[in-house]
Amino acid sequence: MTASFDLNPRRLVEPGEPATAMEIKLRRRSRLSSGIRYGVLLVFGLIMLYPLIWLIGASFKTNAEIFASPSFWPENPTLSGYIKGWETSTPYTFGRFFWNTFLIITPKVIGTAISCTLVAYGFARFDFPGKKILFATVIATLLLPNVVTRIPQYLLFRDIGWLDSFLPLWVPSAVAGDAFFVFMLIQFLRAIPRDMEEAARVDGANTLQTLVYIVVPLLMPAIISVCLFQFMWTMNDFLGPLIYISSVEKYPVSLALKLSIDTTEAFDWNQILAMSVLALAPSLAVFFLAQKYFIEGISTGGVKG
Amino acid sequence: MAELQLKSVEKTYGSGFKAVHGIDLTVQEGEFMVLVGPSGCAKSTTLRMIAGLETITGGEIRIGDRIVNDIVPGKRGIAMVFQNYALYPHMKVRNNLSFGLRLKGRPKPEIESATGDVSRVLEIEQLLERLPKQLSGGQAQRVAVGRALIKQPEVFLFDEPLSNLDAKLRAAMRVRITDLHKKLKAEGRPATVVYVTHDQVEAMTMGDRICVMREGHIMQVADPTTLYERPANAFVAGFIGMPEMNLLDALLIMEGETPYLTVGEQTIRVDEGLSERLTTGSGPVKLGIRPQHVEILPEGTDNTLSGTVTNVEFLGHEINLHLSVGAEAFVAVVPGDRLASVPGRGKTVALRPAGSRIHLFDRQTEQNISLG
Repeated sequence: MTASFDLNPRRLVEPGEPATAMEIKLRRRSRLSSGIRYGVLLVFGLIMLYPLIWLIGASFKTNAEIFASPSFWPENPTLSGYIKGWETSTPYTFGRFFWNTFLIITPKVIGTAISCTLVAYGFARFDFPGKKILFATVIATLLLPNVVTRIPQYLLFRDIGWLDSFLPLWVPSAVAGDAFFVFMLIQFLRAIPRDMEEAARVDGANTLQTLVYIVVPLLMPAIISVCLFQFMWTMNDFLGPLIYISSVEKYPVSLALKLSIDTTEAFDWNQILAMSVLALAPSLAVFFLAQKYFIEGISTGGVKG
Repeated sequence: MAELQLKSVEKTYGSGFKAVHGIDLTVQEGEFMVLVGPSGCAKSTTLRMIAGLETITGGEIRIGDRIVNDIVPGKRGIAMVFQNYALYPHMKVRNNLSFGLRLKGRPKPEIESATGDVSRVLEIEQLLERLPKQLSGGQAQRVAVGRALIKQPEVFLFDEPLSNLDAKLRAAMRVRITDLHKKLKAEGRPATVVYVTHDQVEAMTMGDRICVMREGHIMQVADPTTLYERPANAFVAGFIGMPEMNLLDALLIMEGETPYLTVGEQTIRVDEGLSERLTTGSGPVKLGIRPQHVEILPEGTDNTLSGTVTNVEFLGHEINLHLSVGAEAFVAVVPGDRLASVPGRGKTVALRPAGSRIHLFDRQTEQNISLG
């Protein structure tokens, strides 16, 4: 999303008219100032990105070279980090861990999208007894640090017998446990005029049809943002799987990365870095694919006009 | 098509605020009824209650022979056109039009032919594959009307549908909507219409009958001529007509059969056109006279009110002459071609209201006491 404000003084001159000395001066000044601006942006952008660039470069280095030079460019590029890292020191390859991550993320993202949309729709559009208290509860859980509920949750899931399964990781989300997403969707819905829904009711749609045919399409940028956030946070979630998953065959990528540090005495940093690059790839890919909707979702807060 | 009946319909909000005070209104089958009034007069609330988008807290609403109080909007046999069109932004015009029919599970060929018919009538055939955001205001408005038309409802509801359009387009759409209403009537499927507006020009030009509302009460329901010629109360008199009717505090004194009116310190005798219409005797009244019904005479003419010109507005076809009569503001309208002879600011002129056009309103009840 770029808002372009064209301050180019050339615009002020009629085509074909010779530029005056003043205009030439203005033009030179504008070129100079944009040169400086872009220069500064480029330098700071590089500083921010350097760790990531180094990570990618270092994943192709040998173990010895990683600590020898701060440059990101490998002198003797090698794929051994990737090959050995993929094999891991366990009976499973990294493919297995990616698959586990996928098994956690997919139901979690779908469940979140559906449940949060339903709950947000209820809060934003209907009046019911106890709504204020319930909404306050939602906001309260939003403010509650995650760690506070870890132990009670753990005990709860232990008693249900869900330990060492994926259920504790996605069931809370499938029942709209993520207050942040509910809140985000409610804010979005508030910005959408009700007229369309009223028109749908006059057209004969019931509540569910209105939700499915009218509200969800209007809410799509926000829902996509929710899915993206949930995808990335789940991908990067370390504590959740660490607590609930105990058998290696069920480890997701985030835990598996740690695994390679635990099990070898001399850390094979290039393997860890190589797998980190692979672990980053899905998040980056998904983000860039959905970038358009994502930015629309977090920046506009509703539909225009 | 069906008759629409409101019987002592009330709306009280949870906060205790009473928006609609038991209104009674009957809209005949095929009639074009306009609800008009200043903002906050509950005209839109009334319309939304008819639509079922707003619950009613008392009385009953009847469409045809059904009481629809507890029926959901989609089953009331109504269609509604919203102020900001409320087109579904993610659907093409074609799907916007047919959404209601598709929900009802009508067969595809029927939907196709209905969409075709409606888009032909409203001349939006070339827009069918567009999205709402690719339409101009006037086009979007036509699509919104089409979405209502396609359902062949018993009652059409319009909620200030033209207020988002510019003046020129508004005039064109006004004609288009009334034409459509007449056309439907001529084709033997008359449409019962309830049309909400705050614009009295729309009300006067479009309505078969007009219902003037104020603060949740109906002030008068009548055809445009009656509203203009025989307003039931001072509110209607002031609301209908441009510029609005002059309403001056006055004292009515009957000497035999001849009424005298005292405004401030000036008194005029009304020789004809008034006494036979009066329903009460002497007392304090509001003297109502439309700016168009005042004769402007040279200063000092016998039996007139004297006024000082405070402003002159030249509008082309007519001139608005703003005056002060005693302490009260007064407006008189003279034809535009008399600009040369119009007295300038600060000049004093004599004003003679046309006796047959004078309205007198009770000072307390504001009811018209000159309708007899």
